[in-house]
Amino acid sequence: MKVVVAMSGGVDSSVAAARMVDAGHEVTGIHLALSRRAASAGASRGCCTLDDARDARRVADILGIPFYVWDFSEAFERDVIDDFIAEYRAGRTPNPCLRCNERIKFSAVLDRAIGLGFDAVATGHYARVIPGADGLELHRAADPAKDQSYVLAVITQAQLEHALFPLGEDMKGDVRAEAQSRGLLVARKPDSTDICFIPDGDTAGFLRSRLGEAPGQIVDAETGAVLGSHDGAFGFTIGQRRGLDLGNRIGDGARRYVVDVDVAAARVTVGPPELLDVDRIEGVAPIWPGAPITADPVRVLAQVRAHGAPIPATARLHDGRLLVALDEPVRGLATGQTVVLFDGTRVVGSATIAATGRVAA
Amino acid sequence: MTPRTYLDHAATTPMLPAARERWLAVSEAVGNPSSLHASGRAARRVVEEARESIAADLEARPSAVVFTGGGTESDNLAIKGLYWARAQHRRGLAASRIEHHAVLDPVQWLEEHDGAVISWLPVDAEGRVDLAALDVALAGDSVGVASVMWANNEIGTVQPIEEIAERCRERGVWMHSDAVQALGQVPVSFSGSGVHALTVTAHKIGGPVGIGTLVIEPALTPTPLLHGGGQERSIRSGTLDAPGAAAFAVAVNAAVTGQAAHARDIAALRDRLVQGVLGVVPDAVLNGADGQGRLAGNAHFTFPGCEGDALLMLLDAAGIDCSTGSACSAGVPEPSHVLLALGVDARTARCSLRFSLGRTSTQEDVDHLIAVLPGVVDRARRAGGGRG
Repeated sequence: MKVVVAMSGGVDSSVAAARMVDAGHEVTGIHLALSRRAASAGASRGCCTLDDARDARRVADILGIPFYVWDFSEAFERDVIDDFIAEYRAGRTPNPCLRCNERIKFSAVLDRAIGLGFDAVATGHYARVIPGADGLELHRAADPAKDQSYVLAVITQAQLEHALFPLGEDMKGDVRAEAQSRGLLVARKPDSTDICFIPDGDTAGFLRSRLGEAPGQIVDAETGAVLGSHDGAFGFTIGQRRGLDLGNRIGDGARRYVVDVDVAAARVTVGPPELLDVDRIEGVAPIWPGAPITADPVRVLAQVRAHGAPIPATARLHDGRLLVALDEPVRGLATGQTVVLFDGTRVVGSATIAATGRVAA
Repeated sequence: MTPRTYLDHAATTPMLPAARERWLAVSEAVGNPSSLHASGRAARRVVEEARESIAADLEARPSAVVFTGGGTESDNLAIKGLYWARAQHRRGLAASRIEHHAVLDPVQWLEEHDGAVISWLPVDAEGRVDLAALDVALAGDSVGVASVMWANNEIGTVQPIEEIAERCRERGVWMHSDAVQALGQVPVSFSGSGVHALTVTAHKIGGPVGIGTLVIEPALTPTPLLHGGGQERSIRSGTLDAPGAAAFAVAVNAAVTGQAAHARDIAALRDRLVQGVLGVVPDAVLNGADGQGRLAGNAHFTFPGCEGDALLMLLDAAGIDCSTGSACSAGVPEPSHVLLALGVDARTARCSLRFSLGRTSTQEDVDHLIAVLPGVVDRARRAGGGRG
């Protein structure tokens, strides 16, 4: 096959590229230029800086494959960064990595690759694609600590047919060792962790610079009393406890968590942790890597965070919306995040959380 | 690697065998040209003979030839060095909008960091500098240094350098020209052109990478960029590169003495390339000037509906080396400032490709390109001309 490997300059995609070459494919390495601002960034975080582009290029040299930088910075700015800001402006908490997989890596990049005559796009993600009775299935990776099926659950069946994840069966430590034994200089690079377009990790500062200050009040959910002030409700996420700076205005010494963020009213509501427990989730814009679920309720495992535990649940579709009833409540779930449904290790589908609720006492 | 069809001679061109032999021969001897002993004197002699040879070929006095590390350094030395040398009296800089980044960026840097006042000279649709705009820019007597490239690296348009230099002299403006692409393809004379400073580099004409010269009127003293041992009249400190200078001189001599025949040969080949491309891709557009107004080895096209970097990748896979025009170390293609200056919109500017011919180019190279181009263009169109 003619395969494009998206090479971030990190360990995983480097080994993925090497394996594609070993497998006899005609491999071309590409590095995605996603942010023009990255040109000035210094220290490498495992993705997206000039250093990372250079690292990826050096790996391609060693593997003897052609290498190009593909500029998707405009699409990334529009479909990921602007979306990220708009979601926060609306009081939701987005996951930009999912958005990037959905709209850039397995959409715009894949389309371009197919258009240019390639058969597939391979990445260093940890997940497995397995043939099933109804076509290809997306499954969790063998390494539970590295499993990235959650952030890949935004891939459609059609996209899955052109996606390759050569590391799905591996343990991360083995991949690192393999990079070392192959003589790839990136073997010791740290994993990328934070949001690639916020290299300093200061999400609140990034949002403040893009959205401006919008001061407002922090109020108590139970008494309605004003407990403090803030300079932008978008800096708060449901379930957050740190950084509330409520001073000693709460006499009872009880812990307060953000339980509601109303950006339009510039109001952050705090309350006791029990108010954060939800067991009903309504998801919109569902995406199905495999067969969609229907109006008939099915038993699934629901995961609401990239590294969260799967919770047994019942799910069904209603008017295009995904309704999930969790067997036990989950704490601190913000709208804008993504719920991913699994059947065992198989990814059933995903949806963006639009509303949450509490039914069980 | 399988044999390549190399159509990127404007990026760099193979070393002349005679230049390589000269480099190897000189490199066998030890000696720092600045040393006072016999070995040093022998190396110095090689450098000075190279200087005299280059000066004779470019019609300049030997003392005008200042060796540098290449074109970018020569351009920086001319722009920054001459600006600083007279900034007390004249803070104006004039430059065409289509200069190479080695001129463009120091000009912008001086504007941002050192109070320079810039007059950007517009060009017409073929890339020729607007002389009326030049007159306006020079009228106020505030411009100290002007820089207009002899010929453009992307679209190959040759500028009316004598006319520009004459206007500059009338206004007391020091005129610099980057002749990196022009040398060997059109006649280049330092004294004949009237420019005050001229950039030339070795590797574009069959010499080694890493040496060039700023030919500069000996009466002018640019403020140095590099301070140190005081070589090159203290204009450019740093150990002199005897093998490089000797090989450079061989390449300059070949470029100048062989210019007419070389230009005739590669222009004929270039014309066949242009006709061939327009024959198989009828809606392709040749950018730049016609006939004598363009470098003999340059062909620059817009392929509507195709991204230049997609074309480049597909041609690369088919064994053909070419360029989207302006290389960028980061690898992220910006729309060419040259095409934007011609009035091309940013989207169309991304649809461009440069083929450049040189001494080793053959009819087979052109035939290979014409054979694979239709499929490549077709494929690139299907991949989409607009990104995201």
